Amino acid sequence: MSKVGIAAYGTTSFTKDDQKIETILHKSTNDLFQKNPNIDKKEIDAVLVSTNNNSKYLSPILSEMTGIQPKIAHSIESLCNSGTNSIVSAFSYISSGLADMVLISGAERYDSPGQILEWDNSRGEFKHPIFWASIFSKSYKQEYGISDEELAIVSVKNHKQAKENPNALSKKTYTVDEVMNSKKLTDDLRLLNCSRPCTGSASILLASEEIIKKYTDSPIWITGIGQKTTSAGFTKNTSLSSMESTKIAGQSALNMANHNISEIDVAEVHDAFSVCEPMILESLGFTDPGNGMDMIKNLHQTNNFKINPRGGLIGCGHPLGATGISQTIEIIEQLQNNAASRQTDNPKTGLIHNMSAAATSSTVLVLEK
Amino acid sequence: MSFEKELEQGRFYIPECLECKKLVWPPSEFCDNCNEVTSLKKEEFEGKIIEFSRQNEEYFCVVEFGDSIRIMAKMMTLPKKDQIVKISKCGISEGSYFFQVI
Repeated sequence: MSKVGIAAYGTTSFTKDDQKIETILHKSTNDLFQKNPNIDKKEIDAVLVSTNNNSKYLSPILSEMTGIQPKIAHSIESLCNSGTNSIVSAFSYISSGLADMVLISGAERYDSPGQILEWDNSRGEFKHPIFWASIFSKSYKQEYGISDEELAIVSVKNHKQAKENPNALSKKTYTVDEVMNSKKLTDDLRLLNCSRPCTGSASILLASEEIIKKYTDSPIWITGIGQKTTSAGFTKNTSLSSMESTKIAGQSALNMANHNISEIDVAEVHDAFSVCEPMILESLGFTDPGNGMDMIKNLHQTNNFKINPRGGLIGCGHPLGATGISQTIEIIEQLQNNAASRQTDNPKTGLIHNMSAAATSSTVLVLEK
Repeated sequence: MSFEKELEQGRFYIPECLECKKLVWPPSEFCDNCNEVTSLKKEEFEGKIIEFSRQNEEYFCVVEFGDSIRIMAKMMTLPKKDQIVKISKCGISEGSYFFQVI
């Protein structure tokens, strides 16, 4: 299998702006081309659009707006992990030889229809994500003796880190008390425990080993991919305090990259809600079950940005189709030592964890210099 | 599939495979195990509270029926984990199912 690397990237700020999906897509793609004017658009074989927006034919539309005539053009939708699933598809096109260079652009509006999975009638009238997040929170807290105050540290840490990210939705820092006193959504969830839907876009350009060196001296390679879907419905989760799909996807990605979790220097993980971050860290194997909050508290106290340096979904906002791509861009910048005040200590190997619908599906990528 | 017709009438019947007898959830005309046709098992099912939380004055619970079928249901009194419950109200409202247990 031939190597696949990341040649270029572009992004927009994440906002609450009311913009057309086509405009948002165009903006991050334009940012990519403006930062990399030497890219020959004729060499782009495929254009993939990652979004939950209901607009049709977005990949050919984006191709036309940006002056690309690709062989392959289509959209990819998988709720919140559409972005990394698009990267996996692009990787497959290149590694199979069907394409040499693939543009992936993810975008979402603040009012995305992907926020609620209408099909999942097993949830009854409780289809909004705050309800599964509340059940996860209650179960996790009880199983491991974790308090609401401890979970609030996830939000405090990720808002603090997002303040160093000029593209993040959140511009404020919060204390544990402020998280605890934010609007009560349920007995087990406060408003500041939640990521927020927003408008935003992120684009990356993947290329084969043969082509990538024409465009960058410091390519980042995708060396590990793991995916697992256990179900579509939340109530099919066998555990409510750990994430089975994340365990399997994480191990697959690490096996493919020939790494152990201890060799991951920096990671972006899908903190849709505060409780998700410790559950993910445990399910990926960063810590033993029940010890995720100890790791998070230690990172926060030492101002170590190893986990969610861009501020995670809680700090950055969550434009569903763009999130996995934005997470990937953060890890690229970290590995290229371009992350400014968010920079971690000379990382060599990074990981992205992106999931959908209460962890019924997870995608994990490993990136290396 | 008559599951939704029964649900609209306030009756919660779970589909069962006519061939392998597996209870099939989410409700489907076909078995996810052997692909054969299902039929509604017309009996009153008892469920068990797996987890719950509360929004305002209403509790919402994960309730398990049999050993694999789980739904989210409303409960008006304080639930207990492992409490045995029955569907007291169910139906379809604006395209979404709703369930209440006692």
